[in-house]
Amino acid sequence: MASIPADHEHLGAHDDHAHDHKPRFFARWFMSTNHKDIGTMYLIFAIFAGVIGGAVSGIMRMELMHPGIQYLGHVASFMGEKNPTFDQQLHLWNVLITAHGLIMVFFMVMPALIGGFGNWFVPLMIGAPDMAFPRMNNISFWLTVAGFCSLMFSAFVPGGVGNGAGTGWTVYAPLSTSGSQGPAVDFAIFALHLAGAGSILGAVNFITTIFNMRAPGMTLHRMPLFVWSMLVTAFLLLLALPVLAAAITMLITDRNFGTTFFDASGGGDPILYQHLFWFFGHPEVYIMILPGFGIVSQIISTFSKKPVFGYLGMAYAMIAIGVVGFIVWAHHMYTTGLDVDTKMYFTAATMVIAVPTGIKIFSWIATMWGGSIEFKSPMVWAIGFIFLFSLGGVTGVVLSNGGIDDNLQDTYYVVAHFHYVLSLGAVTSLFAGFFYWFPKMSGRWHSEFLSHVQFWIFFFGVNLIFFPMHFLGMQGMPRRYPDYAPAFEHWNTVATYGYMLMSVSILVFFVNIGYALLFGRKAEGNYWGEGATTLEWTLSSPPPFHQFETLPVIDTTVGH
Amino acid sequence: MTIAENSLGITKAFKGLALAALIALAPATVFAQAAAPAQAPASPVAVPAAPVAPAPVASASAAAPATPSDGVVYIPARPVAGKGQPIAGAYGFQKQYSATGKEALWMHDALLMPIITVVMLVVLVLLLVVIGKFNRRSNPVASRTSHNTIIEVVWTLVPVLILVFMAVPSIRLIAHQYRAPAKDAVTVKVTGYQWYWGYGYPDNGGFEVISNILPADEAIKRGESPQLGADKRMVVPAGEDIRIQTTGSDVIHSFSVPSLWFKLDAVPGRVNERVMHIDEPGVYYGQCSELCGVRHGYMPIVVEAVTRPVFNAWIKSQGGTVGAPSAKTAEITPAVAKTGA
Repeated sequence: MASIPADHEHLGAHDDHAHDHKPRFFARWFMSTNHKDIGTMYLIFAIFAGVIGGAVSGIMRMELMHPGIQYLGHVASFMGEKNPTFDQQLHLWNVLITAHGLIMVFFMVMPALIGGFGNWFVPLMIGAPDMAFPRMNNISFWLTVAGFCSLMFSAFVPGGVGNGAGTGWTVYAPLSTSGSQGPAVDFAIFALHLAGAGSILGAVNFITTIFNMRAPGMTLHRMPLFVWSMLVTAFLLLLALPVLAAAITMLITDRNFGTTFFDASGGGDPILYQHLFWFFGHPEVYIMILPGFGIVSQIISTFSKKPVFGYLGMAYAMIAIGVVGFIVWAHHMYTTGLDVDTKMYFTAATMVIAVPTGIKIFSWIATMWGGSIEFKSPMVWAIGFIFLFSLGGVTGVVLSNGGIDDNLQDTYYVVAHFHYVLSLGAVTSLFAGFFYWFPKMSGRWHSEFLSHVQFWIFFFGVNLIFFPMHFLGMQGMPRRYPDYAPAFEHWNTVATYGYMLMSVSILVFFVNIGYALLFGRKAEGNYWGEGATTLEWTLSSPPPFHQFETLPVIDTTVGH
Repeated sequence: MTIAENSLGITKAFKGLALAALIALAPATVFAQAAAPAQAPASPVAVPAAPVAPAPVASASAAAPATPSDGVVYIPARPVAGKGQPIAGAYGFQKQYSATGKEALWMHDALLMPIITVVMLVVLVLLLVVIGKFNRRSNPVASRTSHNTIIEVVWTLVPVLILVFMAVPSIRLIAHQYRAPAKDAVTVKVTGYQWYWGYGYPDNGGFEVISNILPADEAIKRGESPQLGADKRMVVPAGEDIRIQTTGSDVIHSFSVPSLWFKLDAVPGRVNERVMHIDEPGVYYGQCSELCGVRHGYMPIVVEAVTRPVFNAWIKSQGGTVGAPSAKTAEITPAVAKTGA
């Protein structure tokens, strides 16, 4: 895959190739300063990490298909544990849930949406030749890769009764401090440090690029909504990640240097960690979904052949979501023993988020209203996104009620909720963006037919996995359990069948990529036609190695 | 009034939908049930060997139910199917056995569920209309409309109104859940250990009952569900306030009973307190609900509510003390009299 753009060097015949000086292989891909190359590497990395994270969830779903422990022993043996004890098998379960969460959040969704599509299309959409700090861009990417290696390494060093960090992706103290012996948790925490540092640098890069490198005439209020979404996301990253870094650094010192930030016996407080973690963690969920909002806005507008409805409302709704996202964190902590007034405040504040989110949903539908919609695959994925994200959103409104959440906290209802907004929301937007821009990035057409097929299999699969989880949660099945009472078997079995169906759709995805790379038709510059009005469509597919050497001028007479 | 009627209808409609989904999934169900019996014996590792967790002596001496002078004895009740525990294949909450639980369940079923169902239906219908009406064939020329201030204000304000409407009962529910327990409430100090529960009765002699998971075969023998049955129960009086105080001894655990709408984290170095009030005698199951390490899934919670005389008998059988049964005297010298032992 690394050689795609190189293969297509000769395709964009109408570009000024005289300036297309590409470095040789090692310099191009390992010392890259080109935003498109770095974006491509981010996407390949995210797909790689996503396959691992998805395989981990496959093991989990197989194990949960029926009561009892069936597969963990085999997996533990495979991971190098000779004759794993029962406790070692259970520890492996905790390692799997931790790895699944961390991989999907930090090494799949974030690299793909921000590092991948953000890097590729923010400079193209604002008419900039590259990112503001190209070398820092490269460091961001390799820090993320290093973080992933650290996380993978943690699975093979002791972390308690067995290998690996079994703390959950939230790494709550004291389970992650006094509760986990061995270096595995240190390596997992270090993975977060590295990935976090990479993301902070990336955020700095995006903010600088968007503020300083817009083409003449492109005011902030004329930026495409994808760029707006990346700007808000970058600010969330910049403000939230340092808090995570501080929190997990305190974990490291609690673990290794005898501090007691989160240890009550030394005057610390385990709940302080949760406040710090979720002060990062809640903006983090918007970090994962806002770029998806941006992608969906572009797609809906393109295929409806209409400008986005209520452009300013859409942009400011994202800002509102970002701002409010910083003052609702304790709704993840409703059962930790919050004061009654605190709980009431966080209930009310959390509900507020439904308002800007509603504006977005209705504006997308209004954009389609009166349009002349072409149901190309990205559009189908985007419409799927609207439906699935709305479903995840309304269960979020249920969970926002602190009194109701008491019975749902840490159950499968929560698992269903956040997978509807992430696994079904963010990932659906990822696929939408992928099929929207893949011919632009590679210069070759994927199969629209396979993309539609993948959508329908994926749609039914993920709903079959996650919808029944609402029922399990309401009946009281707790999260992070490798085994359960027989009463929970029915819906768990259904969910596992759903996983099997979903994994077929991923197979179709890879067949589609293979088809495109081997047999794909050449793509023109603006292959989506009249609806595609942003600047990346003025370039060839793939765009020249360096674009916009003469800056484009935005026609300020055309409003949104 | 109309809202209540509407919501009932909608709840029914939703159940109908869920049923339809169930029927659609019927083949999977049949397969699952067919596979289940074959599955059970095939997993010898599934049953944890008798938990290694140390069982302190506190409760060991009181294993056999002692007979107090008044002839009332505590005998562990067999659980009733569908009461206080999950039901196979169900798609709603467990039936509730506390006032706040019933209030919360009402709020979910009669208020939240209808609202979110309507919202989803509106989104779905709008999407279908858009797909049907504004596709390239039906509408070859796209309009250029991109603003309509009135409609934007409407879809901002209507959700605000719905949320305000929702927030009132929500805030009230929280207030009820945080109500202070009655002065003479029984205090139970729930301690989460890796990986079992301790139930201390500081007002009744300060003994602590240690509760470990039952092996699956033993649980089935006692009429309990595997994974849910415990060797000792947290016995409390029904129809009275119980002051639950939770704390953790090592890492964070969470004390959770779904059929009582009760969940409170057990955090080391902190004591969390919340009132519990169980309407009627019965056995109510729950499971640890905060990841606490290797055997997080193997520390069930069993709460048994009994009548007051039986509770007193149980306390005595545990070697505890019961403050003067006519505890109304406590009102003269509040609370202090209750320290009992």
